Amino acid sequence: MPVDTQSPILRVTGLNKSYGERAALIDASFELWPGEVLAIVGESGSGKTTLLNALAARDKPDSGSVEFHIKDSGLTDIFKMTEAQRRLLARTDWGFVHQNSADGLRMEVSAGANVGERLMALGQRHYGKIRATACDWLARVEIDPARIDDLPRHFSGGMRQRLQIARNLVTQPRLVFMDEPTSGLDVSVQAKLLDLLRQLTQHLGLASIIVTHDLAVARLLAHRMIVMRRGCIVETGLTDQLLDDPQHPYTQLLVSSVLQP
Amino acid sequence: MLKINHPSETSTETLTSHENQAVDQHFNFAYLDERTKRMIRRAILKAVAIPGYQVPFGSREMPLPYGWGTGGIQVTASVIGPHDVLKVIDQGSDDTVNAVNIRRFFQRTTNVAITTQTKAATLIQTRHRIPEMALTEDQIIIYQVPVPEPMQRLEPRERETRSLHGLSEYGLMHVKLYEDIARYGHIATTYDYPVLVNNRYVMAPSPIPKFDNPKMHMNPALQLFGAGREKRIYAVPPYTSVESLGFDDYPFEIQRWDAPCEICGSRDSFLDEVVTDDQGGRIFVCSDSDYCETEQSKLEASAVSTAQLVSKDD
Amino acid sequence: MYVAVKGGEQAILSSYQLLDQQRRGDPSVPELSIAQIRQQMKLAVDRVMTEGSVYDPELAALAIKQACGDLVEAIFLLRAYRATLPRLGSTQPIDTGKMVLDRRISATFKDLPGGQVLGPTYDYTQRLLDFSLLATSDQAHTAATSDTTAAAQTARADRVDDHTSPRVIDLLNREGLIETHHVNPNDPAPFDLTRQPVRFPADRSTRLQNLARGDEGFLLAMAYSTQRGYANSHPFVGEIRLGSVEVELIPEELGFAISIGDIEITECQMINQFAGSKTEPPQFTRGYGLAFGHSERKAMAMSLVDRALRAAELGELVQSPAQMSEFVLSHSDSLEASGFVQHLKLPHYVDFQSELELVRKMRTAPPQGQALTDNSEDEHA
Repeated sequence: MPVDTQSPILRVTGLNKSYGERAALIDASFELWPGEVLAIVGESGSGKTTLLNALAARDKPDSGSVEFHIKDSGLTDIFKMTEAQRRLLARTDWGFVHQNSADGLRMEVSAGANVGERLMALGQRHYGKIRATACDWLARVEIDPARIDDLPRHFSGGMRQRLQIARNLVTQPRLVFMDEPTSGLDVSVQAKLLDLLRQLTQHLGLASIIVTHDLAVARLLAHRMIVMRRGCIVETGLTDQLLDDPQHPYTQLLVSSVLQP
Repeated sequence: MLKINHPSETSTETLTSHENQAVDQHFNFAYLDERTKRMIRRAILKAVAIPGYQVPFGSREMPLPYGWGTGGIQVTASVIGPHDVLKVIDQGSDDTVNAVNIRRFFQRTTNVAITTQTKAATLIQTRHRIPEMALTEDQIIIYQVPVPEPMQRLEPRERETRSLHGLSEYGLMHVKLYEDIARYGHIATTYDYPVLVNNRYVMAPSPIPKFDNPKMHMNPALQLFGAGREKRIYAVPPYTSVESLGFDDYPFEIQRWDAPCEICGSRDSFLDEVVTDDQGGRIFVCSDSDYCETEQSKLEASAVSTAQLVSKDD
Repeated sequence: MYVAVKGGEQAILSSYQLLDQQRRGDPSVPELSIAQIRQQMKLAVDRVMTEGSVYDPELAALAIKQACGDLVEAIFLLRAYRATLPRLGSTQPIDTGKMVLDRRISATFKDLPGGQVLGPTYDYTQRLLDFSLLATSDQAHTAATSDTTAAAQTARADRVDDHTSPRVIDLLNREGLIETHHVNPNDPAPFDLTRQPVRFPADRSTRLQNLARGDEGFLLAMAYSTQRGYANSHPFVGEIRLGSVEVELIPEELGFAISIGDIEITECQMINQFAGSKTEPPQFTRGYGLAFGHSERKAMAMSLVDRALRAAELGELVQSPAQMSEFVLSHSDSLEASGFVQHLKLPHYVDFQSELELVRKMRTAPPQGQALTDNSEDEHA
């Protein structure tokens, strides 16, 4: 997929967010380019989830801006859009994969309906075609298409996550947010999921922002990495460089405390 | 503009009556005070201006319980005038107990003319059916609505459904239809079948059988919907597009019966099933009592003229 | 030849006659008078006034008589009547600090200015059926009542004067221990939910209106649930007051307040666990309940639910039904609940016909799509 090198797909400038007296996010700025995968890494309390929620317009920051590149309009401040525009964006051009799959799926409707919902929301009205598209996507995330009518309630954790991914990718979004997508899964299941994510993001040229506390996830999936501590970005850079040669003392601490496989 | 209709030349068969019941002097005309009626009419005007949109209104406690037609009654009470001719039906019939009760309420509080004939009425208040006979521009039909929110079963929070309607996000409704087809092979909703009004709002037409849905489309009459307990009014103005939701390859379909009406022979109307014995014997009769009687008289009239024709040949 | 069923009107008229007979019961037994209900079924009258939202003991008694003792039905009658009444104006807020007290208790202090006044209460009775009440004539009681009459007179004499019974809330307030609500100088008129529909989120004054009119049984269950772990408050009864307060009105023509009468009310101030934030030191938080007449159960339940519904405002996690404002406020009204539940008795045969046809159809044809399977074994990822 051709990558537009002329404009970042996301530009973040000076984001701040506090909860009462506690500053959860301090002056966060960076850019994301089309097709680029960025990992936001830090321990719990580092502000990485606050940052993700601000980027995905789930929580309004106290100051700063988040600009998303809209076709034909260029970089647009997402908090200056109307609620309607943001919601449309969230259903089409963006994806959000939740840590807990139950938050990102309709557990009471079939896998097929979960995958097809965005298409139906956008006005697709041919049951056969919607179903075929859903089957196609289930196969792509390595779920047996014969399970299209099964409820997510009866899927394993790994399968639910893959279903969540399919549900998000069906509208071919340009940017996908992921919040600890592999936590809570067995190691072997994680590995398979990461492999799938890597293949999909490469193949589809997705830009992606992945929040994780696990450096191995960053290593495997991300081109670039941001390290956060106490609400601040302490270091950013190419993933391999950062992990092999961390500059900031905190990054060094993080890297050195990871058990080598 | 809402207008109070006067019964124009009615045929000799018109059955209107004023029962020997003095209007109850303790209450205002049509029971509600004028201020309340104005409030409701303003809500109605908003509803007509935005077809299919649920307008909140300050529903009052009425002498009938919430859930028993108070919304329809409040709408009727706000538009009824001394020269109106009122028909009240429930399940298509003028004689079911709730229809009788509501009709008596209006007789007691307005003394307007009442009728069982669809074509003689200017106002028709109905629960769960649309009359078989086509309505005209001079008529208003008022539906009693239990649950105005078409997505309530899927999303009970009004705060959320309000946003969905505002943003035209109706994916959830189609998900439900998709699930039905995946599970049963066809859409499993048979009444209160959701419709898209004026290409904008998805609306609950009230628990009319889906058989009646097509009648709402481009209807010359004004259609008003009142939900008293849930405190919403909505409307479909005359000649408005009303489409039942479906898929291109699984389109909306109405019900059909194998048998005709046992009384009048109709094959075009909604039929009620009546159990006749305890061996499983059953017959089907028209749900719309006025329609059935009219068809029956036509049958009898043609039987008479056939008999006359035969006798002439002797 | 099948003939369509007719006679709905006749059936209704006959049902009226039967209803009249049911209401009257055995004609040889003396008819209940409104005065008897008012005097001897006071607590029923109080409940009907509270949920009927009309302070008129005579009308409430009439409603109870007409409804054969079904209080929910009586409440409906009173509400329907209320809906026809013209609005003459609004009163000033009642001042419960000036209440002429018949009963006043606090669970938070052993003793306090004004003392603990038990007043008329079932609380410390033993719930043993008193068969002496089977006697119908007053004469049977004469001997027994002389003691109780004397005691009652003494009790009335002990009724507390307002000056010596400051509110517990005010006492705690002096130390700054309890949250205070600052009244805006342009304090706007409260939303009237009998005139306009409630929209969510609803502010506290709207919620309190809804709860005041709400069904006692429902609120009691919701309140109970908060005590059993379905919310997170540790409540104490700061104060319960029962007595009469003056109602005042400022007519436009006069420009000053005049008293238009007294009403009897029950007020409950519930005190809950203290919350603190970065800007506020820890304090006790409040729940409030108010009812007409002597209605403690209602006022207490209301105060617990009021507090639970403030969860979001106080930064608490909303987890249980009693804390969910849309859930509680949408289901608290007995008229709405009773009406909709009972409407199921209305004919639904047209819709049922549609469902019958569908079920028959589904039973004859095999489903095309795969039926939803119930694979409960764990899948390998």
